[in-house]
Order: sequence, then structure tokens, then C-alpha cells
Amino acid sequence: MMPKVMVVTSGKGGVGKTTSSASLGAALAQRGQNVVLIDFDVGLRNLDLVMGAERRVVYDLVNVVQGDAKLAQALIRDKRIETLSLLPASQTRDKDALTEDGVQAVIEELKEKFDWIICDSPAGIEKGAQLAMRFADMAVVVTNPEVSSVRDSDRIIGLLDSITLRAENGDNFEKHLLLTRYNAGRAARGEMLNVKDVLDILAIPLLGIVPESPDVLNASNLGCPVTLHMPESTAARAYAEAARRLCGEKLEVVEPVERKAGLMSRLFGRKAAVA
Amino acid sequence: MSIFGFFTRTRSAPVARDRLQILLAHERRLAGQSDLVAILREEILAVIAKHMSIDKEKVNVKLDCGDNVSTLEVNVELQDIPKAVASQA
Ligand SMILES: Nc1ncnc2c1ncn2[C@@H]1O[C@H](COP(=O)(O)OP(=O)(O)OP(=O)(O)O)[C@@H](O)[C@H]1O
Ligand SMILES: [Mg+2]
Repeated sequence: MMPKVMVVTSGKGGVGKTTSSASLGAALAQRGQNVVLIDFDVGLRNLDLVMGAERRVVYDLVNVVQGDAKLAQALIRDKRIETLSLLPASQTRDKDALTEDGVQAVIEELKEKFDWIICDSPAGIEKGAQLAMRFADMAVVVTNPEVSSVRDSDRIIGLLDSITLRAENGDNFEKHLLLTRYNAGRAARGEMLNVKDVLDILAIPLLGIVPESPDVLNASNLGCPVTLHMPESTAARAYAEAARRLCGEKLEVVEPVERKAGLMSRLFGRKAAVA
Repeated sequence: MSIFGFFTRTRSAPVARDRLQILLAHERRLAGQSDLVAILREEILAVIAKHMSIDKEKVNVKLDCGDNVSTLEVNVELQDIPKAVASQA
């Protein structure tokens, strides 16, 4: 398989990029894929914490880019899934610590060893977010069903279509929508944008719908991706299914339904668009 | 709150959807030139400054994107109007 470079991005902060990078990465690795997660949030690293690797960080992405450490020295192998590795971000406040050439060299080297290179983007549309997407083959756009998140996702989709290397070369650039923190009850009551609203507006294929769930918070408290910590939870199942779709399986996306709904609709859900 | 307030209170999502659709239609058209207003402001000022002196602080540019009509409003406070222009006015 050709290695895939996948950026997880959103524009808006706090929508679930880091959580989704960790969970999708873990789910892919649980399927036997070789996965490396790169934290591009220079200055505000968090992926190490969500992955429970914060006490094992010695070198980071900036050290590797600047030639102060070899890639092999900086990569942290996950203790639970052996095909999963992490390249942490640095805590430096220097905004220019990463160079485009340096990032490209690191990604090229990672492509020799891994099937999936997942880039956890920082929020915003500035240099850090642009570097995270620059060398990607495809993107997961993380969106919450809420006006400012949807607007920012639209901006990011525009950016993906203009400043990625693939887009610049006129190559096809796949974009997938991951709707997170979805509250089915509130959507059904018209208090929150529903799946169709968001899909109509953003018009990119749907990779999955992750419900708002306390299990996600619990998992990150423990430093363990939810797909490992509670594989049977609704959030973990949504991430696991999204990972299968990334591997090319044609699985229908089932729209979550409110907990207190009738048994039949709880069992069968309602069909949403397919990725 | 109107007496219907209680019943209509929670259905704000359709409003959110409509607002987004209108806003994004505009933003996509302006894609890549998000500082269009700033560019217009500078260029319009440059043209006016060729003929009369203006205080850059006293210029107000407003863009209002509506559903059917969009307006661009430029307000320039003139300092010393040249005689020729003043007598024509
Ligand atoms: N499905 C979910 N249910 C409940 N809480 C969630 C869910 N997804 C994410 N969260 C919580 O939302 C918060 C923000 O998540 P996360 O750090 O992944 O966002 P981010 O987009 O990476 O943020 P930043 O822009 O700061 O990097 C965290 O506290 C996380 O636990
Ligand atoms: Mg993050």
C-alpha cells in the first residue's frame, strides 16, 4: 500500500482534532496498519498527553527538523499497540521553529516506515496549520454541529484546495468530514444543526459521526485513546468505523439517535449519507 | 418574550443553517481575498489622495452583504476642498 499522509484539521479550536487523531490512529493501528501520529501544535503539545506518552518525550518534531535528533530517537512507540508511534510537538514559543523543507524531509522519511502519517493540526489558519496540511494526500475536517465551527471548516476546505502541494500540482485532494461532539437529541429538537444541514453546507463526503460522550473525556483523562479504553462505547465504535472507511470499506454511516428513543430506532438508527 | 416564545424557543438550528448558507456563499466568492475591504480602502484612498489631501483616520469603509443586494459604503471626510470642486458643488 502507498503510504498516506492525512491531516486532521478544523480551523476552529477545541472541536476534537487531537482526540480524533489519537482515536483514528489507534483504530487504524488496531487493524494492523503501521501508523505514526505527528503533533504539529508547536508550543501547545497535547497529543502526547492524550496518548499517555507525556513522560516519555525526549526529542520532538522541532529537534528532528533542525537536525538536533534523528527521527528514530524522537519517535515514541506506543506501549499497547506496537504498530502505533508518536512524534511529539515541541514546547518552544518560537513560531518559526518549523521550516517547510524540514517538515517535508521528515514526512518523506516517515513514508518509508509507515502506512499512515497522521498530522494533528493546530487550530487557526496560520503557518502551523498550513504546514500541517502542506504535504498531505488527504484531510479529515473535524467539525462540530455549530455555526462557528462550520464556518471555519468551510475556510479550511478552501485552504486545503489552494495551498496543499497536491492541490498546487493539480492533483486530486480527498477531504472527509468527521462530525464530532454530536448530540442527537438536540439535533432532533432543532436546537443544533443536524447531519443533513452540515453536509448540505460543507458538501464533502461524510467519514463518520462521533457522538458527544463522557467516555471520550474519560479516555483522555487516562491517556488512552477511546477505541482502546472503551471499544464498545458509541464514540469508539464511530471512530473504529471511520477507520474502516479510511481503509476503503464501504460502510454506511448511521446517524446516532437519542438514547431514550424507541427500541427499533435505537437498534437500526437512521441512515445518513455514505462516505 | 412573546406568548409563543416558549414553544418556538428551541428551534434555532434552522436559523443557524440559513445564516450559514448566506454567509458562506459570500465568503466563498471572496475566497483568497478576505482582505478585499482593506485593498479597496487603500486603492480608493490613493485615487482621492491624488487630487486632495485626506486624513487616513477619517475614512470609513463598510461592506454589507445582503441576500439579494450587497453594498459598499465609503465615507471620506474631506479636509480642504479645492476651490474648483467647491464651486461646482
Ligand atoms: N466526542 C466527544 N465527546 C465529548 N468530549 C469530547 C469529544 N471530542 C472531544 N471532546 C473534548 O473536547 C475537548 C477538546 O478536544 P481536543 O483537544 O481533541 O480538540 P482540538 O481540536 O485538538 O483542540 P485544539 O484546537 O486546542 O488543538 C477535550 O476536552 C476533549 O476531551
Ligand atoms: Mg489539538
